Amino acid sequence: MTKENYQILLAEDSAITRAFLVSTLEDLSVQVNIIEVASGFEALKQLPREKFDLIITDINMPDINGLELISFIRNNPEYAHIPLIVVTTEGSPRDKEKGMALGVDEYLVKPIDPIQFQELIRRYLKW
Amino acid sequence: MTSGINLGDFLAEAEDLLDRLNHGLLDLDAAVKRNGKQDPAVVNDIFRAAHSLKGICGMFGFSEVGEIAHKMEDLLDRLRLGKLKLTPEGLDTMFEVVEELRAILSRKANGEQIGPEEIEGLKRRLLRVEQEKKEADTRDWIKESGVSEDILSVLTEYEEHRLVENLKEQKNIFQITAGFSLDTFDEDLTVLQKTLREQGELITTLPSAEASSEDKITFFLLLGTDKPEAEIEAQLSGYPVSLKPIQPGAEEIRAPAKARAKAGGEEAELEEAGAEPEEGEIGTVRSLTRTVRVDIDKLDELMNIVGELVLSKNVIAQLIEKLRGQLGFGEMGIELYKANRNLEHKLEELQGSVLEVRMVPIGQIYDKLRRNVRKLARETGKEVNFITEGGDTELDKLIIEDLADPLMHIIRNSIDHGIEPKKERISQGKPEQAQIRLRALQRGNHVVIEISDDGAGLDFARIRKKAIAMGLIGAEQELKEEDLIPVLFISGFSTAEKVSQLSGRGVGLDVVKNNIGALSGAIDLESELGKGTKVIITLPITLAIIQALIVEVGKETFAIPLNAVSSGLAVRPEEIKTIEGREVIELRERTLPLLRLDKFFKLNSGPHLELEEVYIVTVGIAERRIGLVVDRLLGRQDIVIKSIGEVLSGIRGVAGATELGDQRTILVLDVVGLIEEATSARISGRISAGSAE
Repeated sequence: MTKENYQILLAEDSAITRAFLVSTLEDLSVQVNIIEVASGFEALKQLPREKFDLIITDINMPDINGLELISFIRNNPEYAHIPLIVVTTEGSPRDKEKGMALGVDEYLVKPIDPIQFQELIRRYLKW
Repeated sequence: MTSGINLGDFLAEAEDLLDRLNHGLLDLDAAVKRNGKQDPAVVNDIFRAAHSLKGICGMFGFSEVGEIAHKMEDLLDRLRLGKLKLTPEGLDTMFEVVEELRAILSRKANGEQIGPEEIEGLKRRLLRVEQEKKEADTRDWIKESGVSEDILSVLTEYEEHRLVENLKEQKNIFQITAGFSLDTFDEDLTVLQKTLREQGELITTLPSAEASSEDKITFFLLLGTDKPEAEIEAQLSGYPVSLKPIQPGAEEIRAPAKARAKAGGEEAELEEAGAEPEEGEIGTVRSLTRTVRVDIDKLDELMNIVGELVLSKNVIAQLIEKLRGQLGFGEMGIELYKANRNLEHKLEELQGSVLEVRMVPIGQIYDKLRRNVRKLARETGKEVNFITEGGDTELDKLIIEDLADPLMHIIRNSIDHGIEPKKERISQGKPEQAQIRLRALQRGNHVVIEISDDGAGLDFARIRKKAIAMGLIGAEQELKEEDLIPVLFISGFSTAEKVSQLSGRGVGLDVVKNNIGALSGAIDLESELGKGTKVIITLPITLAIIQALIVEVGKETFAIPLNAVSSGLAVRPEEIKTIEGREVIELRERTLPLLRLDKFFKLNSGPHLELEEVYIVTVGIAERRIGLVVDRLLGRQDIVIKSIGEVLSGIRGVAGATELGDQRTILVLDVVGLIEEATSARISGRISAGSAE
């Protein structure tokens, strides 16, 4: 079933990567409302403000790391069901293992192919 | 290239990351020098910068740069995980590679192809940095740490490493539980984190899902410290926190009990006025970042428009004056006058805001200078402590950009000629490590930058000899030390016996002076033999738009930048005396040399000898002052300096041109140039005579 407007939370500290992901998401033939944040703290603040359909996060962020954000989301009954996609620069395999163990749905490593990324988003937005 | 992203944005972010890398490396360098220990937070930050750089380069087709960033990231990753030992040479290599990356980035942005051998070369250089440290031991510190599994499961590899390091050093580990309101937790938490970092190393900050509610959020923080529980407890009094020591190997500590059942129904909507998108509206993208990047050219354009506006306003003001002359003060005239005043105020505000946007702190170039000092010191085998002050002093972006090179020239001179070799310093009872101090401060409409060293100072006797030998001054001339200073700024003048590869031959100071002059600044120098040298640069804060005093000389009108004007006075012709062939007046017990603009510019002026009074505008920058003789003062006005054509650009004493409200173009005086003409006439007279032969 298609919704009117999907809410997406995007946590990423690189402005240019955010811009890239946003432009890719906007190219979807569906309306998305993207809340962009540049840190884990800001993500924590935004979580209760909207009902998100999808969360996209980086692992390396300045205040709390992405794993901590993921753990917070997965352990919170309000947010535990929200699909979670990690978009990160190739890093420690151990971090990926931990992310998967915490319940990340997809763990993507940059560079991201826009077409594949859009495919994936469609799948998770169930549309 | 990806849609919707422009190259400029990418380059700006890449630049930022390179700056961060560079800044972090400098910090690391300083730390290594101080106590041989590197700050894990700094290493982690530069690691993150390299990591992010790799990420964005890969995405935007700068894969060559990305590859090197990747190598760099690898190195830094092993460094932060304690698997690598950093040597000064390794640090140097990294500094160089960062600079190379900067160059490659801009070449690539200009469409240049970067050859694979160049990339391979850089990678090979980075390989040399590697120096393995002893193998990590096999003991499973993490398992035995006593930290709860909930927390361990979200630590990144790096955080695990820091935990282990703290355990190895037998630090006390504390778990702090802190609850804050959801609205303000970021600020509150930042304060708490700062307090904790003062006590030791903050290993992680973890938000807890279980102990949080709709309006409250709880964090677990791990702290490694030398200090005992009581002391930490005392530091944390007043914070809404609880403290728990973690005993290695002890029963794992459970996160606080799952406090809350699922809150019934929908969560309360935290509505913000205007924040909710309208029904059916196209999806909006809200960004929480509060800054935008602006191309400096756009700011110039904006400044130009403001400048034109100011001119238009001046036209209106003059029309109003005319109207008043013809019609007197009618009701309309008064209304018009008021409206124009209002326009004037708003324009001033606009101008102020645009100027403010252009201002950047001078500290931006300190890093670059520090890097060079480091390099030069190493090359000359001298040890230099480079101290910077006043990094937050603001200047126009364009001035800052043109300032780095002259400053570097001065510092280079200092290291090369000023600072003595170590042995010599020791024999003179000076500390082995020399000092170069760079200080910036705002003084009114000017910024003063002082660069001082504790080196050998200038040998004026030798300078005098050399100047005589070069025919710059006569052997019979008795000159005071300060009178010899202008000689140093003459092209080709150098007292260096040997020419080093650093300063080249004598092309230093005259170039510096021209560069500073082009920015409407002045340069001065103080020195004491054996004690050191101080170079003082005085610069206007901005060149974009300035206030000027409009004066008339004969039939010509000139603008004098108001920031150089200290006063205007009227004197009777008989008060002007002649000393050593130069006209002067006595002003507050000081002798003020005069310069007649009509004579200087060879103008046909009226017979002003018959005037009862002569107007004198005293101008000066820093300590040097002269009086300009003019016929009439016409008032002050904002002007936008435009550069004049090449034909006129060689004229001494002229800084540029500007338009007045009545569409007339007039010349703007270069006060610094005029002062030199007036005060060092004897020396420059000699030079021009010599070069004519």
